[in-house]
Amino acid sequence: MNIDLTKEELAFRDEVREFLATDYPQDIRRKQDEAIELSRDDMIRWQKTLYRRGWFAVNWPVEYGGTGWTAVQKYIFANELAAANTPAVIPFGVKMVAPIIYTFGSDEQKQRFLPDILDSTTWWCQGYSEPGSGSDLASLKTRADRDGNHYVVNGTKTWTTLGQYADWIFCLVRTSSDVARRQEGISFILIDMQTKGVTVNPIITIEGDHEVNEVHFDNVRVPVENLVGEEGKGWTYGKVLLQHERTNIAGVANSQYRLRKLKQSAAEPMRGTKALLDNDAFRRKIARLEIELKALEYTELRTLASVQVGQSPGPESSFLKIRGTELQQAMDALLVEAAGYYALPYVPAQYELDFPEGERIGRGTETISSLRYFNNRKASIYGGSNEIQKNIIAKHVLGL
Amino acid sequence: MDFSLSEEQAMLADSISRFIDTDYDFDTRQKIAASNGGFSPEMWRTFAELGWTAVPFAESDGGLDGGPVELMLMMEQFGRGLVVEPFLANIVLAGGVLRRIANAEQKARWLAPLIAGDLQAAFAVVEPQSRFDVANTASIAEASGDGYRLNGAKSVVLNGGAADLLVVPARTSGSQVDQGGITLFAIPAETLGVTRTSYTTVDGLQAAEIVLADVTVSKDAVLGEIDNAFATIAAVIDEATLAVSAEALGIMQTMHDRTVEYSKSRVQFGVPIGSFQALQHRMVDSLMACEQSRSLLYWCVMLYLSDDPRYRSAISALKYQVGTAGVKVAEEAVQIHGGMGVTWELDIAHYLKRMTAINIMFGNADYHLDRYVAAGDAQAG
Repeated sequence: MNIDLTKEELAFRDEVREFLATDYPQDIRRKQDEAIELSRDDMIRWQKTLYRRGWFAVNWPVEYGGTGWTAVQKYIFANELAAANTPAVIPFGVKMVAPIIYTFGSDEQKQRFLPDILDSTTWWCQGYSEPGSGSDLASLKTRADRDGNHYVVNGTKTWTTLGQYADWIFCLVRTSSDVARRQEGISFILIDMQTKGVTVNPIITIEGDHEVNEVHFDNVRVPVENLVGEEGKGWTYGKVLLQHERTNIAGVANSQYRLRKLKQSAAEPMRGTKALLDNDAFRRKIARLEIELKALEYTELRTLASVQVGQSPGPESSFLKIRGTELQQAMDALLVEAAGYYALPYVPAQYELDFPEGERIGRGTETISSLRYFNNRKASIYGGSNEIQKNIIAKHVLGL
Repeated sequence: MDFSLSEEQAMLADSISRFIDTDYDFDTRQKIAASNGGFSPEMWRTFAELGWTAVPFAESDGGLDGGPVELMLMMEQFGRGLVVEPFLANIVLAGGVLRRIANAEQKARWLAPLIAGDLQAAFAVVEPQSRFDVANTASIAEASGDGYRLNGAKSVVLNGGAADLLVVPARTSGSQVDQGGITLFAIPAETLGVTRTSYTTVDGLQAAEIVLADVTVSKDAVLGEIDNAFATIAAVIDEATLAVSAEALGIMQTMHDRTVEYSKSRVQFGVPIGSFQALQHRMVDSLMACEQSRSLLYWCVMLYLSDDPRYRSAISALKYQVGTAGVKVAEEAVQIHGGMGVTWELDIAHYLKRMTAINIMFGNADYHLDRYVAAGDAQAG
């Protein structure tokens, strides 16, 4: 056992820091630090910056443009990006659909889709959930009926994150209802959002933002070559994807970054009053969260280390999802607590780019704390609710 | 960064694990705990013959040069087996002091037989008023002739009754709670003026209340420097905290595994109770508590190995974690075992008792949370 980074790993860390110092666009950095909303262009610009350095598709196989990094390198990279408060990479293309395409797709599909995902030319969104099927994903009803060289898709997908920006959507659809188990007869297909019959309607969430959508399919004709893998095997592919999704959403480095920032700001005496950090009860809450995050950091590292020696993330990824989202939400709540009364003003306009400088209500990003807290109640619900994750662990890890 | 064990380390863990499975089952443990003296001298001899009592000591002292990884692996197995033999008291605590500050003569007299399994020892660090603050030392050692005269009281001294040697901190200067002014003494337990009242603790181990009344020792009894023992005491207690945390992990993992197994076979309402979602989710929570605790344990061990200054606060994070998560896992295991979980007959009950004791030892969860906070502030400042 050994905690120290090797000379090579330290050099790599310096390389990442140097890259962030020189290549992380100043205007995006400022927006991130001041919690100003990012535009679609900002997000793509940042992803293209990573791409040009060869660091966008961290987990892909090298042959498709991945990094070939070790578990420790990935850990260093994630930590450095979090410490610089860079925007989160939009996961739907690079982290979700791409692994399905390079694992189960045809050579044609790989050539057609992977390069555009790699350089962020195309924006992807996810078509899993439906209005009637939340955690019970296998109850999905969207149909794809074969008609010559096309599937005709009818149905509705929902909770489609940033679908308003998307060029493509990957969907689980029912290609056969004549099956013994509901998990059979489901296929994984790729749909161009510009196709006739696709409409996107916004859903406004609890904090008042337009982040998610409902996507309707009305006799949408999809060429059969957009089917990934075999017809009827979509459930199996989707499960693999969800395991990737779950390991990606622990967000430990980001939670640790937010905790460090909170400790810094809470250490300052404020408005003539003693520092919040001098309050023992608050200080202990921070300490508990810090300890739990450290534990999860090492749990994730242990998982990464075992993946590196050839074990797949498997059901243990559910664990990271549960604990990671619980700690994110605990962090959200702590920031609301730190803001005190300034968690109350609801002035979303002051987080837009053209809001006059110096006229913000509240200190720094205080008033966004409650919006983020409300918004992130989703974390324990999406990607399979945390209760579903516990069912998965109970079944596949504990054998119950 | 590397989580893997060396071949020797894996072999050590494996050999103790096999010993627990074949020679130290629960019935054997219970018989030993109920026997006169509360542990088995024959078992202890076996531990020495297998080299386990030599692991943490330097080769130059007759040891095997083991470090925190070896300590962790051994204690985890001892936790799994609910071992009552006084490894912690002899090897980690008393041995921990001796290996750090004893001079050559003292090592020859005390450490060599300790490693050989021929000597029992105890570290009398706790006092009736001290709770978890090891600086809080009211026992006094006054210069007397060529040596010292000690007066005071020591509480819940692990292995205190069986000990041939008592390692005793006493105040040679300063006020009761000062870190400075504490000196360590090596005192044969039969010395005139030492009174011991032995008893069994709730977890089946042995301890003693010790009164020192005009105990006179020569200056050869002084271990290390006069007035400067605190750093040694703190280092030994930190290492012991790491050790019992590893033991706690062995207990947690065992209780969790046994509970899952039990829930698959125990039938109520015509189905195994493991099919109930209310219980499944609680067992998943326990699994996660075990994994999170293991992660912090590895973190601490790795910080110790690289001499990282964060080690001290990390120890507190770990002890807080096993104090809270460990007790929770243990209580859940008893709950899911139902009525059987609260019987003397079933090992589950005894694991809970040991877990309860471990939470208290060397500072409970609240104490270590505050120590973690203070250490973090010291590092930030």
